Amino acid sequence: MPQTPMAAKPILSITDMSIVFTSPDEAPIEAVRQVDLTLTPGKTLALVGESGCGKSVTARAVLRLLDSNAQIQRGSISFAPPDEAPVDIARLKQDSLPLRAIRGNQISMIFQEPMSSLSPVHTIGDQIDEMMLLHEGLKPKAARERSVALLDQVGVPGARERADAYPFQLSGGLRQRAMIAMALACKPQILIADEPTTALDVTTQAQILDLLRQLQADFGMAMLFITHDLGVVAEIADEVAVMYLGDVVEQGSVFDVFAAPKHPYTQALMRSIPKLARKAERERLSPIKGTVPAPKDRPDGCAFTSRCPHAFEPCPSVRPARTEVGNGHHARCHLLTPVPVEEPA
Amino acid sequence: MSRLLSVENLSKQFTLGSGLWGKERRLDALTEINLEVEAGETLAIVGESGCGKTTLGRCIIAAQPVTEGRVVYHPKAGQSVELTALSKREIKPWRQDIRMIFQDPMSSLNPNMRVFDIVAEPLRIHKICKRRELEERVISTLEKVGIPAEAVGRFPHAFSGGQRQRIGIARALVLDPKLVIADEAVSALDVSIQAQVLNLLEDLKAEFGLTYIFISHDLGVVNYIADRVVVMYLGHVVENAPTEMLFERPRHPYTELLLEALPIADPTRRKPRKSEVRGEIPYLGNRPTGCPFHTRCRYAQEICRSDKPALRSINGTAQQAACHFAETLDLKGAYEDAGHSAREMAHAQ
Ligand SMILES: Nc1ncnc2c1ncn2[C@@H]1O[C@H](COP(=O)(O)OP(=O)(O)OP(=O)(O)O)[C@@H](O)[C@H]1O
Ligand SMILES: Nc1ncnc2c1ncn2[C@@H]1O[C@H](COP(=O)(O)OP(=O)(O)O)[C@@H](O)[C@H]1O
Ligand code: SF4
Ligand code: SF4
Ligand SMILES: [Mg+2]
Ligand SMILES: [Mg+2]
Repeated sequence: MPQTPMAAKPILSITDMSIVFTSPDEAPIEAVRQVDLTLTPGKTLALVGESGCGKSVTARAVLRLLDSNAQIQRGSISFAPPDEAPVDIARLKQDSLPLRAIRGNQISMIFQEPMSSLSPVHTIGDQIDEMMLLHEGLKPKAARERSVALLDQVGVPGARERADAYPFQLSGGLRQRAMIAMALACKPQILIADEPTTALDVTTQAQILDLLRQLQADFGMAMLFITHDLGVVAEIADEVAVMYLGDVVEQGSVFDVFAAPKHPYTQALMRSIPKLARKAERERLSPIKGTVPAPKDRPDGCAFTSRCPHAFEPCPSVRPARTEVGNGHHARCHLLTPVPVEEPA
Repeated sequence: MSRLLSVENLSKQFTLGSGLWGKERRLDALTEINLEVEAGETLAIVGESGCGKTTLGRCIIAAQPVTEGRVVYHPKAGQSVELTALSKREIKPWRQDIRMIFQDPMSSLNPNMRVFDIVAEPLRIHKICKRRELEERVISTLEKVGIPAEAVGRFPHAFSGGQRQRIGIARALVLDPKLVIADEAVSALDVSIQAQVLNLLEDLKAEFGLTYIFISHDLGVVNYIADRVVVMYLGHVVENAPTEMLFERPRHPYTELLLEALPIADPTRRKPRKSEVRGEIPYLGNRPTGCPFHTRCRYAQEICRSDKPALRSINGTAQQAACHFAETLDLKGAYEDAGHSAREMAHAQ
């Protein structure tokens, strides 16, 4: 892993990760082919890409929450908390003690649909208490005090009473907040947020984004924020990684990537969202042609070949190398690799 | 431009099952909606989920009876048809003119029908044409939306989300409508596919002289596609204005709140902390008295709790708003250098 020129040391480094799904009656699918990502304490990395490109699979791999037919075939997920020896999460045994010590405690996750992590039959207070009883060995009374404080911190009005509410008694926005409180119960060092605002109205989304930013400042955690909305990326991220069909094709600071995207896919993505401009400056959208192919039809070389306006001879067969195109800004495209001095015949 | 459709004082109540003491509870989904649709325009309807956008669309296509008020369709100048006064049979011919594209392409397409039959069905129901002619019309409509002829024998599940949305569009267009109501037609699509469908909608509009009612919660898309915007809150129209006027200087505090919450795909325009974007939409059953927005409004005064502001033209312009202080409030727009917000940004960075 090349050293990123950032002040803080990365807390999580995913290197060359590949994830394969097998099924009895179909050929194996390499849903994630080549992912390199680094997370830094106090910073947010947004992982952006279209539906099916492998964002959620990547995120779940970090917590080893993948379905049983999935296998991390290649690569490492190095978790390096300060003052602790680094662990390769990819090599830990499913359901082993060290993995359970990390999951929900040092690294926790929130989802688009809060009910996928909240139990419908327990009060939200009990569920948050449970996390602390489990991982921190607090006494029930102390746990409840902290749960209430947390609910208050994530902006649940009347936290003490609301702790006794069941999830169905809360609005969508409040449920999302309760789930965030639960994820933060053990002061994780990494928070993974998989489209936590996609199902919400813009006004509620703005509140939740604010909340996450505030909590990050308070807790100093690293955040992996998954979204398909470039507007949300621009609002929340310090760094952005763009995924296409299982590959991370570009990663860099959010300012650099938005100001000067280097990968043709990132460029095309930026051109397909309407700009917030007056009619006089209005430009017709230029969509990316065609649709994302199925992983089984992905070429061996660059995944974007079939839709790329610049595709040329090496693209379908040779996988482009990860090239540094700026300070901490990387992309994988043959247009960006230095031309070899001697052309092969 | 001539008027194509008028919605006059339209209200819609839903009756919910009996409450605690066997009393029926009512929910006001729409309250005294007035709006006009001009031929050839794209009118956007925006607002948070549950504010009544879909219900309004369904009342216009007469898929739902209205509780009060009228929907009047003007097929040509001087002709008026009161759709809300017609029987099921009488309304049938007009149904060809006003078509709706639904929010969720998966649930609105019958999974057991082949694409050909999905698009042919409206032609068969309305007995427009048969055999060769029907086949030609279906195929050419599908080709217009980018579904190749060789795919017409497939079932919906064999298409991507974007393609299914195209099939929904073809189904609406095959009857040669005048007015198309697109309910969140691009909301579920990935950006690259969304851009394809937006361009398609624009091209079809130009080719067939269509009029759109474009229901959406995405103000970025609305700014791009709409000529005029109607903002709804809790079943009320709170603002109705030409797109650029509304984004330049909104006249209703709720519109300002929506614009403020809109994420902009440009990190250099990251907004200062939006601690002001707060409060949640109240449950429709407990609609506040006075101004429906007063529980969340940062400009609310005493009068707002008691008196309901009327929707009116602001200073004689084409911009209408329903706020007691619409004429005087200096609200923030969404364009980069729209008065107010540009000044604040300068401080923020
Ligand atoms: N259990 C599974 N078995 C087989 N394939 C799977 C499984 N789970 C995911 N996949 C495949 O892996 C790929 C990536 O899926 P993933 O859920 O990560 O997408 P995503 O980027 O999160 O998309 P979205 O934006 O729709 O959430 C897809 O092609 C998906 O069909
Ligand atoms: N058939 C129905 N019965 C009862 N309530 C309904 C029905 N349809 C819609 N509603 C209610 O009417 C309100 C407006 O709904 P809708 O028009 O779907 O909102 P939007 O499309 O703006 O999200 C919501 O509170 C919704 O729950
Ligand atoms: S490697 Fe080739 S196909 Fe891939 S993005 Fe670059 S030019 Fe396009
Ligand atoms: S009438 Fe009052 S409460 Fe309503 S929007 Fe205007 S200022 Fe706010
Ligand atoms: Mg996902
Ligand atoms: Mg709706």
